[in-house]
Amino acid sequence: MMKIIKDGLLTLVQDLGRTGYQKYGVIASGSMDTFAHRIGNLLVGNEEKEAVIEVTLLGPVIEFHEDAVLSICGGDLSPAIDNEEITMWKPILVKKGAKLTFGKPRTGCRAYIAIAGGLDIPVVMGSRSTYMRAKIGGHNGRALQTEDVIHFKESFNLDTGARSFVEKDWTVARSLIPEYSHRPTISLIEGPQFSWFDEKSLQTLFSTSFKVSSQSDRMGFRMEGESLSLKEPRELISEAVSFGSIQVPNDGNPIILLADRQTTGGYPKIGQVASIDLPILCQMKPGEQLRFKQITLEEAQKAWLDQEHSIQLLKRSISLKKKEESS
Amino acid sequence: MNYSLSPLGDQAIVITVSDEINEQAQVNVRILSLLLEEQQPEWMVEYIPAFTTVTVFYRPDLLSRKGMIPYEQAKENVEELLTLIKTEEVSAVRTVEIPVCYGGDFGPDLEFVADHNGITPEEVIDIHQSGNYSVYMIGFAPGFPFIGGMSEKIAAPRRDSPRLEIPERTVGIAGKQTGVYPIETPGGWQLIGRTPKRLFTPEEEVPSLLRAGDKIIFKQISETEYDNWEEPRHDEDH
Repeated sequence: MMKIIKDGLLTLVQDLGRTGYQKYGVIASGSMDTFAHRIGNLLVGNEEKEAVIEVTLLGPVIEFHEDAVLSICGGDLSPAIDNEEITMWKPILVKKGAKLTFGKPRTGCRAYIAIAGGLDIPVVMGSRSTYMRAKIGGHNGRALQTEDVIHFKESFNLDTGARSFVEKDWTVARSLIPEYSHRPTISLIEGPQFSWFDEKSLQTLFSTSFKVSSQSDRMGFRMEGESLSLKEPRELISEAVSFGSIQVPNDGNPIILLADRQTTGGYPKIGQVASIDLPILCQMKPGEQLRFKQITLEEAQKAWLDQEHSIQLLKRSISLKKKEESS
Repeated sequence: MNYSLSPLGDQAIVITVSDEINEQAQVNVRILSLLLEEQQPEWMVEYIPAFTTVTVFYRPDLLSRKGMIPYEQAKENVEELLTLIKTEEVSAVRTVEIPVCYGGDFGPDLEFVADHNGITPEEVIDIHQSGNYSVYMIGFAPGFPFIGGMSEKIAAPRRDSPRLEIPERTVGIAGKQTGVYPIETPGGWQLIGRTPKRLFTPEEEVPSLLRAGDKIIFKQISETEYDNWEEPRHDEDH
């Protein structure tokens, strides 16, 4: 088990989302940066969808009350164990008594702590994700607080010599680690109501920058920039939205819907962030700016499949490594 | 059934059955939902029904075999699936009774709705109980029903500034719509009462009391009845 000594800004248990219940209006939730989430789990030998801890901007202080194998992926929030910096995107053996802390955010704003064997968190509607508004899932339906204790599903007895932790000597290929940027360019596919918008708005969308406003959270990023408008007033009949849908309310400022989005929406959707770029987007902080670049559905799907292929390769090489280690 | 297919991003396909909200569109959405429920194609992650659309989320990695992009293959698979539809009718609709304790602390805006329409609070309650209501869709919040069929005589605009917290199970009016908040939510609806009945039950296999197509009856109960309300243990409708 581990104990939260200090809770941090927003520390949540998340898996890859509560799928299958959106038809009942239950939001999907799940990790914001699903790529870091998946890789983190693979590095410690878990299934990709296993629940992890999502750390936001100001990290928690966590004390380990038993040995554990962990990895930290996603945004670089200066993770350290017993005051010694640790390497991200790599399995780390941690001894009982070790203290994990975070420091200054260097890149991105969300880090993911994956624990070998997984977290012992009850499943609600097929998922361990925290859905704060409905007070369900995760740890008691809320963000982790100081003094909370989280149990692990498996226990280990590790040899780390005289040290409180040891990093494994292998890691993920550099090419697979995303470059989280303060000014990213995000790929966009046309949204279902793309053609409802006037020519000037479509030009603006792809030729100017948009700022992530301070009113942004896991539900969505409210963007500030030049206002976008329809050719003529038109009402949309509410329909499903998805992770990365960009809807434009009457005030003309786009909202990008993210992990905690509602299931349906009645605002026209000008675009849709390509799935492959969602992790980069989700690592942005309020105040940072992005540009959009248009790609086709075909390009978006090909890029996604390529990435899935690389993840499958990584999976295979990790299981080989595990076999080597155990023989 | 007439329909059109279009993409929503790179992992979903939208089946549109109508360009306006009407009875047939609603029936068709239900037929599609039942079909997807029954067939559960392995490439499908889940689906979301709405007023005139059903959106099917898919796994591109399971639709990348035939040398087509996943969307093209999803399109083909959906077309094939829809040939399995045999009828354009759906089985009997359910009727769900929702008991409501109107006014007082539960319905702080009952007076406003009455004044706005130049009638008495009692009349608002009578009219609200006598509507011919049906659930168009579930969305916005877990188990939240978009209900059609409310009389315009009790229509009322949304509040200028939304309340930060509306208690769960509160019954409200916004424009020509009425609805019930299943969970504590911020919102701008005019609040007229509260039901003791839970609309969102996360511990159940089907966590939503209501589903699209249900007929609804609102029935007034007293504060005592509200306090003594017990959830029926087994809902016969399930």
